[in-house]
Amino acid sequence: MKLTKTLLATTALTVAAGSAMAESHMASDMTLVSWGGAYQSSQQKAYVEPYQANNPGVNVVWDESSNEAVAKLRAMNEAGNITWDLVDVVASDAIRLCDEGLAMEIDPEADLAAAPDGTSAEDDFGDLLVSDCFIPQIVYSTTFGYRTDMVGDTPPTSVCAVFDTEAYPGKRALEKRPINNMEWALLCDGVAKEDVYDVLETPEGQDQALAKLDTIKDDVIWWSAGADTPQLLADGEVVMGSTYNGRLFSVIEEQDQPVAMLWDAQVFDLDGWIIPAGLSDERLARVKDFVKFATDTQRLADQAKYISYGPARQSSAPLVGQHAELGIDMAPHMPTDPNNATNTFLYNYEFWADYRDDIDAKFQAWLAQ
Amino acid sequence: MSDLSVNKGQPNMSGFVVPVVGGLGLILGFLTGNVVGAPLVGLLLGAVIGAVLAVVLNRMVPNKAMGRWAVILGFAVIGFLFGGLGGAVGGALIGAIISWFAYWIGRGTYRKSVPIYYTRGQTLWWNSFLFVCGAIFVFLITPILVVLPLSFNAEDFFTFTPEMLRLDPEGYSLKHYRDFFQTDDWQLALKNSLVIAPIATIISVSLGTLAAIGLSQSHVPFRRPIMAILISPMIVPLIISATGMFFFYSTLGNFLEGSLGMSKSLVGYIKVILAHAVLGIPFVIITVTATLVGFDRSLTRAAANMGADPVTTFFRVQMPLILPGVISGGLFAFITSFDEVVVVLFVGSAAQKTLPWQMFIGLREQISPTILAVATILVVISIGLLATVELLRRRSERLRGMSPG
Repeated sequence: MKLTKTLLATTALTVAAGSAMAESHMASDMTLVSWGGAYQSSQQKAYVEPYQANNPGVNVVWDESSNEAVAKLRAMNEAGNITWDLVDVVASDAIRLCDEGLAMEIDPEADLAAAPDGTSAEDDFGDLLVSDCFIPQIVYSTTFGYRTDMVGDTPPTSVCAVFDTEAYPGKRALEKRPINNMEWALLCDGVAKEDVYDVLETPEGQDQALAKLDTIKDDVIWWSAGADTPQLLADGEVVMGSTYNGRLFSVIEEQDQPVAMLWDAQVFDLDGWIIPAGLSDERLARVKDFVKFATDTQRLADQAKYISYGPARQSSAPLVGQHAELGIDMAPHMPTDPNNATNTFLYNYEFWADYRDDIDAKFQAWLAQ
Repeated sequence: MSDLSVNKGQPNMSGFVVPVVGGLGLILGFLTGNVVGAPLVGLLLGAVIGAVLAVVLNRMVPNKAMGRWAVILGFAVIGFLFGGLGGAVGGALIGAIISWFAYWIGRGTYRKSVPIYYTRGQTLWWNSFLFVCGAIFVFLITPILVVLPLSFNAEDFFTFTPEMLRLDPEGYSLKHYRDFFQTDDWQLALKNSLVIAPIATIISVSLGTLAAIGLSQSHVPFRRPIMAILISPMIVPLIISATGMFFFYSTLGNFLEGSLGMSKSLVGYIKVILAHAVLGIPFVIITVTATLVGFDRSLTRAAANMGADPVTTFFRVQMPLILPGVISGGLFAFITSFDEVVVVLFVGSAAQKTLPWQMFIGLREQISPTILAVATILVVISIGLLATVELLRRRSERLRGMSPG
C-alpha cells in the first residue's frame, strides 16, 4: 500500500515537473531529417551550428531518411509516435504530405523572417511557395556530368549526347524513374520544348519517349541514390550520368575528378522543410524558432558557401559568396547562373502529380522487358 | 608393375605436363592481358610461357627451390617494368603460382596425397575436389579482404586508384579512420551500439538461460510449443518482426512517455534494447539447451540431497558447468544486436542510431570509404569474438571429457 502511494506520488510529481517545464521552455532536443552527405553537412554548418551558438543547450540529432520521408511519416502517424521535428523533402513530397494532412500548414508572414530590406517572406520566396506546408530552402537541378577523358576532342554540349552512343560510346547512368528521363527522351526525339508535356500526356507520346529510351537501354546503368552517379563517374564506369548538380560540383571541385558539367536541359526542382503535424507544443515552439532562423536571408546565402545549390530567397542571391574551404566564387556553379541556365526545365508538379502512377507503371514494365 | 612406378615418378612430358601447365598459363595470361588491355595476346603468350616453363623447370632445373625463386624473381622484374611496384607484386604472385604448378604436375606430386591404386579419374576428382574447396574459401574471404585496403583509400570513392595499385604511399591515408573517430554522427552511433548491445545481451542471457533450464525439465507442460514460440524471432523473416515491433513498441513508448512521464530519449533506448533482447534470446536458448544435454542431472539431485535449495544449486553447481554455453550464447546475442539494422530502423529514432544504421544510411546517401573503415574495425572485433567462442567451446569439451559419467 505504502509502496503504491509513493510510486503514484513520484509519478504525479514527474508529470507535474514535465508540464511546468513545457510552460516556460521550448524542447531542447530536435530531430532533423535530411539527405545525408555534403548537403546535410552544409545545413549543419550554415543553420544548426550558428543556431546552437545562439541557443546553447539545444541538442540536434540528424536522421538521414528524407528518401522515405512520406512512408515513414505515414507509419509514424498511424502509430501515433512522431519522432521527427523537421523534415527536409523535395517539393513534390511536400505537396503529398500536405494533402494527406501529415505536414503542418505554415503562415509565411508569422512563421518566416522578413528580408533585411523589409520585403515580406511571402514576396521574398515568391512562386517557390508551392504548397501551404512547404518552406523552400534551395533550388537544385538534375543534370548530366561527363568524364572529360572519355569523350575525345568533342565534349558534349547538348543533352542529346546521352542518346548518341556512336559519338559517345560507353555506359550512361540514368535515374531509375520516368521523371526527367521521359522529358529528355522526347526533347531528343524532335519534340519542341514547349510541347513536351502535351505529348507526354498521350499514351502515344509516352510510347515515343520509351522507344527513344529503348535505343540506349543496353548502355544504361540505373541509379537510385544520389551518390551512385558520382561513384560511377569516379570509377570511369560510365561516360556520363545524371545526378544532382551539387553532387557533381563536389566530384569536380572538391574531389578533383576529371568530370565536367553538361548544364543543357537541366531540370530545376525545389527542396525545403516541412513540419510534421501532431507535434507537442514545446517541440513545435522549438521547431518554429529554429525554422525562422534557418530560413532567413543570411542563413540561406550561407548555405551556398558549402554546396552549389541556389538559395530559395531572392534577397539571398546577392549575398552568395565564395566556397568556405576552396575559396572559389560560387555564383558560376549555381544552376541558376545565366551561363548555366540557357536551356532549362522546371519540374512540372501538376503534370507529375496527375500522371506519375500511370507513367511509373509503364516505365517499370518497360524496364523489366 | 615396374611400368606403373615409372609412370608415377615421371608423368608424360609432352602428352600431359606441357598441355596442363600451358593451360594454366593460358588462364593466367588471359587475366593479366585483361588488366593490360590485350586479353588475346596475354592468352597466347601465357600458354607459350606456361608450356616452356613446364619443360625448362622439370628438365633443366632439378633444384626446386632455386627454380621457383628464379621464376618468381623474373616475373616480378617483368611486372615491375610494366606496372611499377604493384606490377611487381602481381608478377611475383603469378610466378609463384605457375612455378609451383609446373613442379607439382611435372614431378607427379599431385599423386602423393591419393592411394597408389587410384585411377586417373579418381585422382582428377580428388584434386578438383581440393580445388573446389579452395575456391569456396577464396570466394568467402575475398569480399572481406577487398574492403580492408580500400578503407585506406586517399580518395572519397570506393575505387582502387592508380596510386593505390602502384603501392604509392600518396594513394593511402588514414583519413577515413580519422573521420570515423571525429564525426559526431559516427561517434553517436558507436556510443549507442556500445550501450544497446551489452544491455540487450544481459537481458537475453538472463531470460534465455532461465528459459532453457526450465524447458529442459521433463515435467514442464507444453515444452515444444513454448520452445517454438521463443525461437520464432530467429525464424520469422526479420522485416515482419520489425513491422510488428514498430507498432507494438510505439504504443508501449507512448504509454511510457505519456503516462509515466519518462523522457523521449530514455524511452527510445528502452524500446530498441527490448527489441534486440527478443532477437538475442533464441541464440541463448539454443546454445544453453545444447550444453544442458551434456549436463549430469544426478548432480542437482546430489546437491538437493545435501540440503542445497534450487537457487544455490543453480549458482554453485549448474551454472559453472554450463557457463561456456551461456557465454557463447551471449556472444551470439551481442553480435545480433551489434549487427542488426532492420529492427533498429523501424523501432529506433535517430537519437538511437547504431553503427549498422549509420553504415546503411551512409551507403545509400553518400558512398564514403568511412563505411569501409568502420567495416574493417567491425571485422576485427567479430574475429576476436568468434575466436573467443571457439576457445570456450574447446574448454567446454575438455571439461565435459573430464566430468564424471
